[in-house]
Amino acid sequence: MTVSVYEEIAFWILGPLSLAGALGMLFSRSAVHSALWLVLTMLSLGVLYMVQDAPFLGIVQIIVYTGAIMMLFLFVLMLAGRESSDSVVEVLRGQRIWASLLGIGLAGLVVAGVARSLGDVTPAGLDNPAANGSGGPGNVANIGQSLFTRYLFPFELTSALLITAAIGAMVLAYTRKQAKGGKNRQREMVNMRFRENTRPGALPGPGVFATADSVATPALLPDGSIAKESLSRIIETTPVTQIEEDEALADRHPDAHALTGAARDGDDGASIVASPASEERSE
Amino acid sequence: MSARELIANDPTWLSLVKAVLVFALLLVITILLIWFERRVLGRMQQRPGPNRVGPFGLLQTVADALKLAFKEDIRPKLADNWVYFLAPAISAGAAFLAFSVIPLGGQVNLFGYQTSLQLADMPVSLLVVLACSSVGVYGIVLGGWSSGSPYPLLGALRSAAQVISYEIAMGLSFVAVILFAGSLSTGDIVDAQGQGGVWYAFLLPVSFVIYVISMVGETNRAPFDLAEAESELIGGYHTEYSSIKFAMFFLGEYVNMVTVSAVATTLFLGGWHAPFWLGGVGGGVLNTGWWPLLWFLLKVVFMLFIFVWLRGALPRMRYDQFMKLGWKVLVPVNLVWIVAVVAVRTMRNTGVGTAQLLTIIGIVVVVVLAIVLLLPNRPAASDVEEVPVTGGDHPLPPLDLEVPKVPKRKPVAAAPAPELSAEEEGVPDGRA
Repeated sequence: MTVSVYEEIAFWILGPLSLAGALGMLFSRSAVHSALWLVLTMLSLGVLYMVQDAPFLGIVQIIVYTGAIMMLFLFVLMLAGRESSDSVVEVLRGQRIWASLLGIGLAGLVVAGVARSLGDVTPAGLDNPAANGSGGPGNVANIGQSLFTRYLFPFELTSALLITAAIGAMVLAYTRKQAKGGKNRQREMVNMRFRENTRPGALPGPGVFATADSVATPALLPDGSIAKESLSRIIETTPVTQIEEDEALADRHPDAHALTGAARDGDDGASIVASPASEERSE
Repeated sequence: MSARELIANDPTWLSLVKAVLVFALLLVITILLIWFERRVLGRMQQRPGPNRVGPFGLLQTVADALKLAFKEDIRPKLADNWVYFLAPAISAGAAFLAFSVIPLGGQVNLFGYQTSLQLADMPVSLLVVLACSSVGVYGIVLGGWSSGSPYPLLGALRSAAQVISYEIAMGLSFVAVILFAGSLSTGDIVDAQGQGGVWYAFLLPVSFVIYVISMVGETNRAPFDLAEAESELIGGYHTEYSSIKFAMFFLGEYVNMVTVSAVATTLFLGGWHAPFWLGGVGGGVLNTGWWPLLWFLLKVVFMLFIFVWLRGALPRMRYDQFMKLGWKVLVPVNLVWIVAVVAVRTMRNTGVGTAQLLTIIGIVVVVVLAIVLLLPNRPAASDVEEVPVTGGDHPLPPLDLEVPKVPKRKPVAAAPAPELSAEEEGVPDGRA
């Protein structure tokens, strides 16, 4: 068994990289970082396969594992939030013992397998036509042929299993809310809004018709009164409570143009809002 | 000799030179593409577009790129440092990598070596393109996540779902081409189109249309630019990026556009072969030497024009409509199409004549039409509470709206002096 120079170079670059990826996955604290280290390992393995005359396997490794499966992992991790970390409480009893036992067992199997492949097995050579089937040299045609002739039944069974799993996931995720008459769709929401006849248009945005376009400034309705929906209670700087107090005091809609935030703080009366334009309107 | 054999004979230094050339070519195309896009869009919108820097504004992109590089590099406090740094590099790197398997031309003499104008070709080149695009998603997703801010995260989530969905449609549209070419190697596919004399765009129109739609979805371009959606998500995944990192994302997006256009050219538009009857001129002299590079670039520019055209003509789709299009239209249509193609191919291979084939196709079409006609119509929805709608499917506001009374105004007391002076000067909308 000979190893070409390029193969050796590739191995000594990719081997440490994939090992580093595996270790990084184990020891990094953030779940997303773990996933990324694993991606590094998978990419290195994919390229290693390509170096070993198995380009199809290598590319499929990259497309399926890094492109689809790890992306799904990342998706979930990102949705779970960046601060979420693993809990260190053991939920399963004896988990550590079983994990270490099985881990050692797996390691033993892998070492035995590798040792055997290094010892008494002669490599057939994937590019050698005699070693392959009738699909000719190269492994794309041969894999296709094996998959759709010899292994057709297992292949179809696997796809049936996957489809079953996908349908099961969909059924589980499909709640009453998504069924007809459950959650209101956009169309139904619009109809409802129109039927109730209170506000056919959209809610006013902050600062609309007002004298400034800050979120702290309430929107004004066409009649000049304050649109209270435009003020968010969540944002602290908006004067929701202030306006409510004023309203309670005056027992009427306050004049939006007289909203002088600065004057309230004991300023010299240089109001933020009393612009010439609004003055003209008020006169 | 096939392209793959020619490339396999390349010495290492020639491969490196080719890599540098491809890189430079992509950069130049990107610079010109941005200018091209802005000019064409300007023309479509009845304005000149960039026309100040250099002749016809050609150097506008160079000026913009220089300016962008010297801007302040902002890193959000909540950003995840390493990943934030890594994301734009992945995005741009994957885009460049995919271009390595595109055949730019046939056999040429490069520095005394007979070689093919292609950096690399493998038996699985087509899958390399798919692999690169699936790795490129990492750039977007990680960029969105690591920014530590809600808009980028939303953009990243959208983008991940979008690219993965459209990759399926894209992969399926390759299948018919692979069936006809009998190979996954890009060089072989171009050769097969040259020998057959028919571009696969004409032979497999459904695959071509689906590919064009999914390539727009894949590159996050208008009308499918939901991941960036300026009006909804500010900038989507790159909201928090600035300076050179933003430039990398920008570069990645445009190189990706070039790459998917090049893939469309390779798979469906005959690759580097001279278009239409030009291939026959002078015994095929236009398909030799450096001519193919010209045809290839022209075809790529044509595909890029389609990108720009779509952006100028179509509004952004809603997210659910977009997903519906991908999963409920493109994928099923593609599957049915592949089955049809396989059926026709099998019949041809088993010696069924053209007349018989057409008869069989006619019978199938008639049967399908009959089934469609016999299917009962969907009953019209009879909702009594339905609000009247106009022809445009938009609800009318109720006609008996009460106009609220205008309350009495109170003049504002004691307007400050500087503002009064502003009024005298005639400032239209003074803000103090």
